[in-house]
Amino acid sequence: MIKAYNKIERIKGSIAQVKAEGVFLGELAQIKMKNGGSTLAEVISFDDDRVNLQIYQGTMGVSTGDQTRFLGKPMQVRFGDSLLGRVFNGSGDPIDDGPEVMEESVDIGGPSFNPARRIIPRRMVKTNIPMIDMFNTLVISQKIPIFSIPGEPYNELLARIASQTDADIIILGGMGLKYDDYEFFHQYFTNSGAMEKTCMFVHTASDPVVECLLVPDMALAVAEEFAIQDKDVLVLLTDMTAFADAGKEISISMEMVPSNRGYPGSLYSDLAARYEKAVDIDGSGSITLIAVTTMPGDDVTHPVPDNTGYITEGQFYLHNGVIDPFGSLSRLKQQVMGKVTREDHGDLANAMIRLYADAKKARDRESMGFRLSEWDQKLIKFSVMFEDKMMDLSVNLDIEDQLVLGWEILADCFEYNETGIKNEWIQKYGKWSK
Amino acid sequence: MASEKTTGIIVAAQGNLLTVKFTGVIRQNELVFVKTGGQSLKGEVIEINGNLAKVQVFEPTRGVRYGDTVEFDEELLSVELGPGLLQSVYDGLQNPLEDVAQEAGYFLPRGLYLSPLDREKKWAFTPSAEVGDTVERASYLGSVPEGVIEHKIMVPFRFEGKGTITEMKSAGDYTIEEEIAKIKDENGKVHSVTMSQKWPSKFPLRFGKRKYPDKPMTTGCRIIDGPFPVAKGGTFCTPGPFGAGKTVLQHQISKNAEAQVVIVVACGERAGEVVEILREFPLLDDPQTGKKLMDRTCIICNTSSMPVAARESSVYVGATIGEYYRQMGLDTLLLADSTSRWAQALREMSGRLEEIPGEEAFPAYLASRIAEFYERAGLVQNSSGDIGSLTMGGAVSPAGGNFEEPVTQATLAVVGCFMGLSRSRSDARRYPAIDPLISWSKYFDRFRETGDEELKTMVQIIHMAQQILIESDEIGKKMSVVGEEGISLDDIVLFLKGEFYDSVLLQQNAFDKVDTTCDVHRQLELAEVVGEVLDKKFSFDTRDDARSYFVDLTNEIIQWNYTAKGDSSFKQQKGAILERIREDK
Repeated sequence: MIKAYNKIERIKGSIAQVKAEGVFLGELAQIKMKNGGSTLAEVISFDDDRVNLQIYQGTMGVSTGDQTRFLGKPMQVRFGDSLLGRVFNGSGDPIDDGPEVMEESVDIGGPSFNPARRIIPRRMVKTNIPMIDMFNTLVISQKIPIFSIPGEPYNELLARIASQTDADIIILGGMGLKYDDYEFFHQYFTNSGAMEKTCMFVHTASDPVVECLLVPDMALAVAEEFAIQDKDVLVLLTDMTAFADAGKEISISMEMVPSNRGYPGSLYSDLAARYEKAVDIDGSGSITLIAVTTMPGDDVTHPVPDNTGYITEGQFYLHNGVIDPFGSLSRLKQQVMGKVTREDHGDLANAMIRLYADAKKARDRESMGFRLSEWDQKLIKFSVMFEDKMMDLSVNLDIEDQLVLGWEILADCFEYNETGIKNEWIQKYGKWSK
Repeated sequence: MASEKTTGIIVAAQGNLLTVKFTGVIRQNELVFVKTGGQSLKGEVIEINGNLAKVQVFEPTRGVRYGDTVEFDEELLSVELGPGLLQSVYDGLQNPLEDVAQEAGYFLPRGLYLSPLDREKKWAFTPSAEVGDTVERASYLGSVPEGVIEHKIMVPFRFEGKGTITEMKSAGDYTIEEEIAKIKDENGKVHSVTMSQKWPSKFPLRFGKRKYPDKPMTTGCRIIDGPFPVAKGGTFCTPGPFGAGKTVLQHQISKNAEAQVVIVVACGERAGEVVEILREFPLLDDPQTGKKLMDRTCIICNTSSMPVAARESSVYVGATIGEYYRQMGLDTLLLADSTSRWAQALREMSGRLEEIPGEEAFPAYLASRIAEFYERAGLVQNSSGDIGSLTMGGAVSPAGGNFEEPVTQATLAVVGCFMGLSRSRSDARRYPAIDPLISWSKYFDRFRETGDEELKTMVQIIHMAQQILIESDEIGKKMSVVGEEGISLDDIVLFLKGEFYDSVLLQQNAFDKVDTTCDVHRQLELAEVVGEVLDKKFSFDTRDDARSYFVDLTNEIIQWNYTAKGDSSFKQQKGAILERIREDK
């Protein structure tokens, strides 16, 4: 039996209060507005018969005389193959002029994956970008953000990674997207032919803030269903800072005690609940998750990138159009480096980064006008070659070729015993003339 | 006293905080079961006011309705103790995750609580006490073999006063629920004893005399065992920004530490990290016993996407299990990763209770909770004379990598050893990224007095090396301001000595199969070589000469570090190194 209530007692922020009985936490309600439109809302708390509803489309224009109907079910999303090629908003309604989707509904924000059923991921995701493949190898089921200041080409990088990998399904969750960004993804995927295996959930900056919170849950609920059906799913979420800001806006309007720069104390758990959906299911599909986190003021200690960094399995720093070799890290690279890839991969990559770090110092000395030692000069030569041949984002090379290139650069700049690499690898793969 | 259990109904709900109207008697922190939609969800009373109780539910509360029934359980949140804890994987409420997976598949359904210990399995019990013996709580009654250890069966910890054994089962195979003895207490009441018992996790479990921790617990990690050693029964913390290698370090310690039982608490961190332990430990050999590492390990795993309230409980479950094995006279090690997530769980709950927030919105009682937790570590001599230890190490994940934040500061105030991981070291790939200039260990000076000859020699060399490192760092800083020309050759050599010590002794390659762990004897052998270099007065002609000498020497010793001790070239390499050091320069 569906109950309807004709009075709204209190309206504040995105929250409306109704006197109602027998409702449950998370129950979905529909508010029919006087002007004919309707919006969905969710029960977020109750105290006696006072029920607080979070209204997805925002409370603007909601009248105290609007009718509230409780639907007796939680928020759900449609799931099925017909979602592919389609675009939806944060409430799950199509926004691409296509037909209504007639598929089964699945709950969003479902239970956590049992850690005891997880397996160690060992499949590499090839991107042909040296700063990823060689130094920060991406692995199936990895969750990794791109840390970037606004203005960097992070959406381009995201789209390029997506179209260069061989994922079965791509799901894009866009939060606070500008209309241009949304169009960019749509066209990029259409042109590269990826759109037919892609499903998009998009919240644009002008949409109601509550829908922003729903986008990752929608996208991940759909991804999870595909993964269970033996599909390797790549989920792209951009931008998670907008998601966190939406959470901040709502928690403050609910008068919750903020913890750090206005964000709710649950920020870490809120982000983790989404990122932890990344999984490699034994004997079935997988979810790999690449997100964008823009860093306000290029500040990595800002609560959003900071909490994200603790949750995710590494991060790619996008700085001045390149992936920064120092801050960037793939925590899963050890699973494939030298195991799936060639045996010398790990030691070679580490040695190059270590030398590049030393080279940075040598360059500082150079810029301050100090006399450079012979060693400094070698380092500087190395750093120039490294930046041109490896760091440049337009380089498109297979991992095997990347390794060969690495040894060539080292041989060009150093004596074999100056690299600190195991003699075994030097003899086997080094490019020094004997 | 099997009276009717107190019940109540839900009158308000927000997130996982419920307000329950009850009739009858309830206790603070009592367990409750919330009956909703055919499921039964565990929770805990956290506030009582008149006939209203605030209840924190350990599970997602979606679907909870006004008027749902709540049952009060009388028990506090407890840990079940007995043979079978090792090799287990539990969540923060001691739910066995393997069994849950068999029952429910890939996902963690809520409201499914299974028995932590196997009820069917028979254990080979050998009694050590006899009828007529006078016993008290925690006295040994016998033992069963559990993997690599002798699991002592003890008189229940809740037993009051002295008692007399009136019945004792003979040696044989029993399940944990079968009676193995009867004990008559001072009031003449007879208690039936089985091999398992419960203990409330938030109360320290410690019977016996506390001792002063004065022996090292070696970890196979040179930068720890050398300058920042940990004592058996001591405490340490490893704060560090994300990506600095806290988890790799914790895994290294859990693999190689000199402990008989290791408890790994994955508290609010990535599930993927636990999986590595889960999948690898059953295959890896324990360097001390030759058995599998999993045989000595118990995993408590409440990862970041699992319910926050159970995260708070997970560290206490781990500590209780550690104390239980310590009570048997064993050396146990608890590793908690990360205590910051636990503190955040406290903060989330405190926020919902609308308590007045302290610094960074953490509750005012944060520091005392942290102190209480680390106080559960220690060296204890039990009534049978055996000495057991519980060493505790907590990873801390400070916001923004800033050690000034409340969790790090409260932790530093109570631990015996601080291993601070730094971003600059990890960026430079200097692993383990423990910063040798900011870290400290209170045990270092203690070992100088209490250590054996080997340890004393080690302490002496490391002491000198650390002094050189500090000077070297100063010179390095100066050099970056005034350039190499402004530094005398002697200072350059001192700088290079510091770098050399850092490269060959402090840094260690966790991914090299030999270098990943270094036993104490090998550490000493290396330290003696390093000491000789640091002690030597060099006379180089030019700066480049000095530099290339140290580059070569460093490289040679690193290659030696990669060579297995049993390898035929091990001695020969050492000889070549010594020759290079001793030739005139």
